[in-house]
Amino acid sequence: MSDVQVPEIMRQGKIAPWLYVAPALLIMTAFIVYPGINTFLLSFKNADGTQSAAAACVEEHLFNIDLDPNELNRKEVPAELRTQFQEHDVTLTPRARVEVKEAGNEWTIVDGRKKYVIQSKDQTLNVYEKEPCWGILENYRYALTAPIMLTAFRNNLLWVFLMVGGTVGLGLLIAVLADRVKYESLAKAIIFMPMAISFVGAGVIWKFVYSYSTGQVQIGLLNAIVTKLGGEPISWLSEPAVNNLALIVVGVWMWTGFCMTILSASLKSVPTEIIEAARVDGATEWRVFWKVMVPIIMPTIAVVVTTMVINVLKIFDIVYVMTGGNYGTEVIANRMYGEMYVSHQSGRSAAIAVILILLTIPFMIWNVRRFRAQEAIR
Amino acid sequence: MITDRIKMILSGLPTHVVLIGLCLIWLIPTIGLFVTSLRPFQDINESGWWTVFAPRETAGQDVYEKYLAPYYGPDGKAVEGVDLFDPELIGEFRRSIELTVFLREQVEEGKVQLEELPDTQEMTELLAYLRRVSGVEDAASRPRFTLDNYIDALMGYRGRDSYVEDCAAGEQALDLNCNITDIMNPRGMGRAFVNSLLVAIPCVILPILFAAFAGYAFSWLHFPGRMLLFALLVGLQIVPLQMTLIPVSRVYAQLGLNGTFLGIWLFHTGFGLPYAIYLMRNFIGSLPREIFESAYLDGMSHWTVFYKLALPLSVPALASLAIFQFLWIWNDLLVALVFLGGQKPVLTYQIGNMVSSLGAGWHLLTAAAFISMALPMIVFFALQRFFVRGMLAGAVKG
Repeated sequence: MSDVQVPEIMRQGKIAPWLYVAPALLIMTAFIVYPGINTFLLSFKNADGTQSAAAACVEEHLFNIDLDPNELNRKEVPAELRTQFQEHDVTLTPRARVEVKEAGNEWTIVDGRKKYVIQSKDQTLNVYEKEPCWGILENYRYALTAPIMLTAFRNNLLWVFLMVGGTVGLGLLIAVLADRVKYESLAKAIIFMPMAISFVGAGVIWKFVYSYSTGQVQIGLLNAIVTKLGGEPISWLSEPAVNNLALIVVGVWMWTGFCMTILSASLKSVPTEIIEAARVDGATEWRVFWKVMVPIIMPTIAVVVTTMVINVLKIFDIVYVMTGGNYGTEVIANRMYGEMYVSHQSGRSAAIAVILILLTIPFMIWNVRRFRAQEAIR
Repeated sequence: MITDRIKMILSGLPTHVVLIGLCLIWLIPTIGLFVTSLRPFQDINESGWWTVFAPRETAGQDVYEKYLAPYYGPDGKAVEGVDLFDPELIGEFRRSIELTVFLREQVEEGKVQLEELPDTQEMTELLAYLRRVSGVEDAASRPRFTLDNYIDALMGYRGRDSYVEDCAAGEQALDLNCNITDIMNPRGMGRAFVNSLLVAIPCVILPILFAAFAGYAFSWLHFPGRMLLFALLVGLQIVPLQMTLIPVSRVYAQLGLNGTFLGIWLFHTGFGLPYAIYLMRNFIGSLPREIFESAYLDGMSHWTVFYKLALPLSVPALASLAIFQFLWIWNDLLVALVFLGGQKPVLTYQIGNMVSSLGAGWHLLTAAAFISMALPMIVFFALQRFFVRGMLAGAVKG
């Protein structure tokens, strides 16, 4: 993004430049800036955006106990309280301690991460379980600690490692191999073709490959191969051990062409003299590749990797079309969609969106820096 | 000489094997879909697409030969008064239990001395065989390939046979007329194709036009805060699409823009702009400055320079952008789902619906998927050069 110097002669008119920028500026403000800020603010609001997110914090009334309140004005949990809790299927660990909030009126029992509130009301003691609450950041608590979100984070990590590794590795391999054959453009077009297909189309294509039936005839190619080899047919998309992998394969199929094209262009810019010199010196092809080509195209590889990481973090369509995030295949972006349009929890959805942006920003900055450095060398 | 050449070919062999292998892996899923979309729907669930040229199953013949041939003869006519290959007789047996009953009666009447009747599984195969050889079920003469799936998908036909058959028999569904107007049936892919075009074309032209204006201003016009504004606009690329859907659809609801083409045009324009501006500015900014300087010295205005010089010179960038934007819009599901939904169904929306509601209707699903893939594939293969160039230029977003 180097600043192109504007020739002196062209510095005319004060309003004219703004007229050129205005249409783009207006539309982008209306469709990206305003809704973006709106969503950011929503992440601090409750489900329908009318109150602060803290309103979503709840205390659940568990049961009443029968105890002399004076017994509670000590640190240790009275044995009587323990048995009464036990009667309601709540086991307190030996670590549990009583904290006096308001003598004779309100106490808190802290047991590790769990909190129980005891309130005196009309001569009875009410026990509430206190859900952990982050106040106005409540939506972020959900986004960072809910089990389904933890699954989503784990899956996204898996996606990042396997899909980025798969696309960049295969892309590089194909770029190198295709460079040596006469049908280079045909081979590259075949690998690149899935980029032109919609995720929905790719979803149909691969659902057919993964098709599973309990009967004799398997019309899905993969299960036909498995049964031919004597194995049991596998339900690829609902079997938790393989379904994430099955989805990542679709992603690799779609995006390898992207990596291949960029890496191939970069490989072609490696000066042939250097490669020839290495070959004349007796280096094997393997060594030429690792010791000469890879170091030279390393900046490009880095850019491709970060670009892919950003893309994969936002992966949505494949999961949405093929499994809908069921059977343990949830990812962050699909959760964001689900919270918004299925559970109608716009606050949570917005918080997930903000977290997603925060995750991508470091890669973005790194990418831009790298790109600038490269431009400066040229 | 010759041994050298053989050695050379052999040393290159692993390369070819790996590369061709990978290309095949990449191609086979799509080929499978394409072959399936051309098969009669009766075949699709009975056998894998790779068996399309294999002889159709002849199961049942061995059962016939084992149990019935000794009595009824190879032509089924050996017993007087009974012709097992007669379509009228076999046509009465719709299920294997009916054939079992018939054979039992034959034994009781003393016409044959069958000691043991075929078991249930064998009886099913036997009946299938008899129906086939007697010509009741015309599986053998059924064509291996058909265009019926495409016609059914285009017209939005959802019946049990096919659009062509039903229309020939005069049994068309209520919303079909059996003439060319059916292609605009709201349930069909034909209508969805038109809708997709109506969405895509303005969504390609508008952002590119605005981005060309802005790109020109950011490279060759002077105004305060130029670089900062440019960096900000380009930085907007990190905003995920999903983040803006709710506020925009709320505003649209108030303005009555939900379910209209105008609404989706504006939204896609907004989202296409950051990348488009980035690409256009980089391209227009890299044009030689002498051209612009001399044009100004000749007394040309901003506007003339823009549309007489900048625009024609940036045709390659415009072409790459147009392809990108077209593929992105054509393949988009989410935005169409939220802003158009079922009111103006586009291709991706219709297929998404079929996936969830039809389940195993592979004959329609595969044909529909290919209808939606046809145009982007043509665009891609025809204009691959521009596509690759645009991708290389924009590989580093930001």
